[in-house]
Amino acid sequence: MTESLSKQNMLWEETIPGGAHWSFQMKRGTALRITDVQGGANLSTLLYNQEEKLERYNMPDTLKAQHTAHLTKGFVLYSDMGRVLASIIGDSCGWHDTISGMTNATLVEKKYGKTDYQHARNAMHRDARDSFIIELGKWGLGKRDIVPNLNFFSKVSADETGALHYQQNHSKAGDFVELRFEMNVLVVASACQHPLDPNPAYLPKPVHLQAWRCGIPDEKDYCRNFRPENVRGFYNTDLLFR
Amino acid sequence: MSIVESKLIPQQACYDFVLPAGESWLHEVKRGQVFRILDLEGNQAVDTLFYNARDPEERYSAVDTMREQGNLYLTAGTRLLSTEGNVLMTIVADTCGRHDTLGGACAAESNSVRYAIDKKYMHSCRDSFLHALGHCDCGPGKIQMDKRDLTANVNFFMNVPVTPQGELTFADGISAPGKYVEMRAEMDVYVLISNCPQLNNPCNAYNPTPVRLLIWDEIIH
Repeated sequence: MTESLSKQNMLWEETIPGGAHWSFQMKRGTALRITDVQGGANLSTLLYNQEEKLERYNMPDTLKAQHTAHLTKGFVLYSDMGRVLASIIGDSCGWHDTISGMTNATLVEKKYGKTDYQHARNAMHRDARDSFIIELGKWGLGKRDIVPNLNFFSKVSADETGALHYQQNHSKAGDFVELRFEMNVLVVASACQHPLDPNPAYLPKPVHLQAWRCGIPDEKDYCRNFRPENVRGFYNTDLLFR
Repeated sequence: MSIVESKLIPQQACYDFVLPAGESWLHEVKRGQVFRILDLEGNQAVDTLFYNARDPEERYSAVDTMREQGNLYLTAGTRLLSTEGNVLMTIVADTCGRHDTLGGACAAESNSVRYAIDKKYMHSCRDSFLHALGHCDCGPGKIQMDKRDLTANVNFFMNVPVTPQGELTFADGISAPGKYVEMRAEMDVYVLISNCPQLNNPCNAYNPTPVRLLIWDEIIH
């Protein structure tokens, strides 16, 4: 059994302001609750194996292994090496996007106009791609390491013709998602708006992070048994730590 | 889904090659040239990646391509976008109707998850990609491309429908012998193909087959 977040097992907490970017390590056996503080947040996120950063989150492998085009509790986040980087152990909003990519400088300027540091200081407009380039640079990574990402708190569905639909007001104030890390993982995140957010105003929202020591999941774990594929994904992952 | 036929004649192609199943292919398609992939026997998955030939760090982006066209499926009219927001290729003809870019490529490791642990010893698309990159001195100054350059690819002729509820399935193919997709290069592009060797998936009837690759020089009107 793994532990839920409590005052006794919490390791740290922090708020990422809207539009800001950050990167940090999460060790195997720890978990992270990400909370949408005000409602309408989006956290573009990528995950890398901290020890061998060539291994990273793989959107197609995550989706096809679990026969899904969206993410919620029970699904796990696969690396390109057939291992589970993290499991979604809690989710109050039911759908997180991983098929729409992230904002870039051109998109942000086209949508919101140019607001630079010279005029706005730290209220300048930021975009997720440049934020990732900065954060990845801290770890010796760069553009080549940016792959299709996660967008926590955002919902983009497709109709029968494949047309994409962004759902407004999907995530409410207080909604949260919880990730349990099954490997030592580098988390890279940008709290910029979702690229399909139709709001004409530049209004990225903050997210609150709470990390805790949760322990290693046992054989009866919900995510491990959520799909037969995940049993094998956890087997591959556990081999790393034997 | 739009069916658009091509007026180009195979006899006038400047390049014409049959790529067997399970083989990789890395080739430069120059700006203005038209590139066709022909499904010779039907429902063959052609896992394909595109790079700016002058700077392979700029490469195909599945998520930007889907988001900017507002649709999951690739077909005639689709602009294959790069990570820098530039158009690498425009699909100008398509007799299959739609192609997947969510399903990615098979790999030894993902096969072990999807099918069984011992399936990891079978041949896979990522092995083909890595073999091609390992033998290639690509780009100006002989840039060595490697695993970092492998990203979410296009699966030409594959049918991977997504339901409005967010389920994803590998459905029976909608391609057939003789169907093709044709694209015009909007810059000098490296095309990297793995002609998929997957034997565990019913989408190709458990029988990977060859595809024909043709290139025409720029057509001056």
